[in-house]
Amino acid sequence: MSRVLVVAEHAHGALNASVAKCVTCAAAIPGAEVTVAVLAADGAAVAAAAASLAGVARVLLVQNPGNEPALAAVLAPQVAQLADGSSHVLGPSTTFGKDLMPRVAGLLGAPQLSDIMAVESATRFRRPVYAGNAIATVEVAAGRAIVGTVRTASFQAAGPGGPAPIENAAVDAPLPAHTRFVSASAAKSDRPDLQTAARVVSGGRALGSPDNFALIQRLADRLGAAVGASRAAVDAGYAPNELQVGQTGKIIAPELYVAIGISGAIQHLTGIKDARTIVAINKDAEAPIFEVADYGLVGDLFALIPEIESLL
Amino acid sequence: MQRILVGIKRVVDYNVRVRVRPDGSGVVTDGVKMSINPFDEIALEEALRIKERGGADEVLAVSLGPDDAQQQLRTALAMGADRAILVRAAESVEPLAVARAFLKLIERETPALVILGKQAIDDDCSQTGPMLAALWDRPQATFASRVEIDGQRVRVTREVDAGLETIEVELPAVVTTDLRLNEPRYVKLPDIMKAKKKPLDVTDLAALGVDAAPMLQVLRFEPPPQRQKGVMVKTAAELVAALRQKGLV
Repeated sequence: MSRVLVVAEHAHGALNASVAKCVTCAAAIPGAEVTVAVLAADGAAVAAAAASLAGVARVLLVQNPGNEPALAAVLAPQVAQLADGSSHVLGPSTTFGKDLMPRVAGLLGAPQLSDIMAVESATRFRRPVYAGNAIATVEVAAGRAIVGTVRTASFQAAGPGGPAPIENAAVDAPLPAHTRFVSASAAKSDRPDLQTAARVVSGGRALGSPDNFALIQRLADRLGAAVGASRAAVDAGYAPNELQVGQTGKIIAPELYVAIGISGAIQHLTGIKDARTIVAINKDAEAPIFEVADYGLVGDLFALIPEIESLL
Repeated sequence: MQRILVGIKRVVDYNVRVRVRPDGSGVVTDGVKMSINPFDEIALEEALRIKERGGADEVLAVSLGPDDAQQQLRTALAMGADRAILVRAAESVEPLAVARAFLKLIERETPALVILGKQAIDDDCSQTGPMLAALWDRPQATFASRVEIDGQRVRVTREVDAGLETIEVELPAVVTTDLRLNEPRYVKLPDIMKAKKKPLDVTDLAALGVDAAPMLQVLRFEPPPQRQKGVMVKTAAELVAALRQKGLV
């Protein structure tokens, strides 16, 4: 049997959408008994949401005022203690998980598999390397605890189930005082979340200015889509960093991805290759984005965007 | 603040289109351009800027890897690092072993700040920084886009999924760099000449007393599944009609 601990990401009392995907990955491990750990200040609602995911056997709730906002240095010793007896400790491959899980692995002296995209057995996993230009099949020595981050775009969200029992867990690991949260500046938006949206409209450097980038936002709103951006557009200051799609930004898998004025650097393509349908609009007919697009349209984006809007 | 330790990894250059070897044993590296991992270059640049502002006396560049990694360390010295150490190791050392080796050097060199790239662009692990911070029992500030040192504290703005987050950590600490922290400087020819005279020490994992026995084994590498090229449409109307037919709009 595999005892799998999934660390829940959450904020403002809501479970992050990545957790349901981690649970699917965890449940794919042969013989898995899946426990979700919720470390929160006041985590009853988050724990209840986690307990109602199909495949979850139980939820461990650790409540401590210091657990929010989440700081890896504070959470890691608690997760390491909860992980005692676990064969696998998983978290999402989001900035939360990428910050926390290797710290947990360090405390456990365990190897980590980053960006797990497929489970082949309890000890064998597949993960992308070289910005997705190669897929590695990795075997972990048997009998060793494994820490992993889950590439959320590779797994479907677990459906409703349960409810699984929720247990209050006490941890006595000493928590450090050397790290302090100061502030967060998240752009408030009524648009769907980029990471989980069914439709995404992204703009690239060809937009030419932050003002012109509003064309992308308008089309996205028309489609009920999230807004994304290429690295070039973010570097040029047309869009904030959290909208960057690609290997070093967000890796997404929407039903519809519309790339406008994006040439299609390999780093960008890595972030979208699990999209169901890719549409590319670019004035350069030779742009690499057309090699992966299901529908390509060559032309001037400043003329085409309003035209598309009028047709919707 | 006295010393800043920076990690430098030798990787296949950012601009090389990586191909998997036909036998699946790895990727093609023969005759391929090798460079400093781009995130490590950003780490070094940040360390140099801190030193130039008077926040440090010495920047120490450290690499783990084959003898050839001396080339990347020479480049780091040419950029402005004062001193370099190569820990000779196999081509591929797991992040936990890398973190253990860094910890040994930290015990010897007592840096006030360690700056590493957030990930290496070859194995894309994104693990070494937090693992090192855990082993060292010190703070970590990952994915930094702004680093401000204030006495014995450092305030770091981090690029997180929801936007930007600012945390404050006590020194010594580990910081890992994101893309927008800075733009690394170009190396000038006279600096390359000067770098030849800077100290570059070579040691190895055994001398540091680090057990680097692998815990993970890569069974095979494969190229990713390719997407098929789709159809080119001529007009916006044709595009919208096609998407509508598939129920996508």
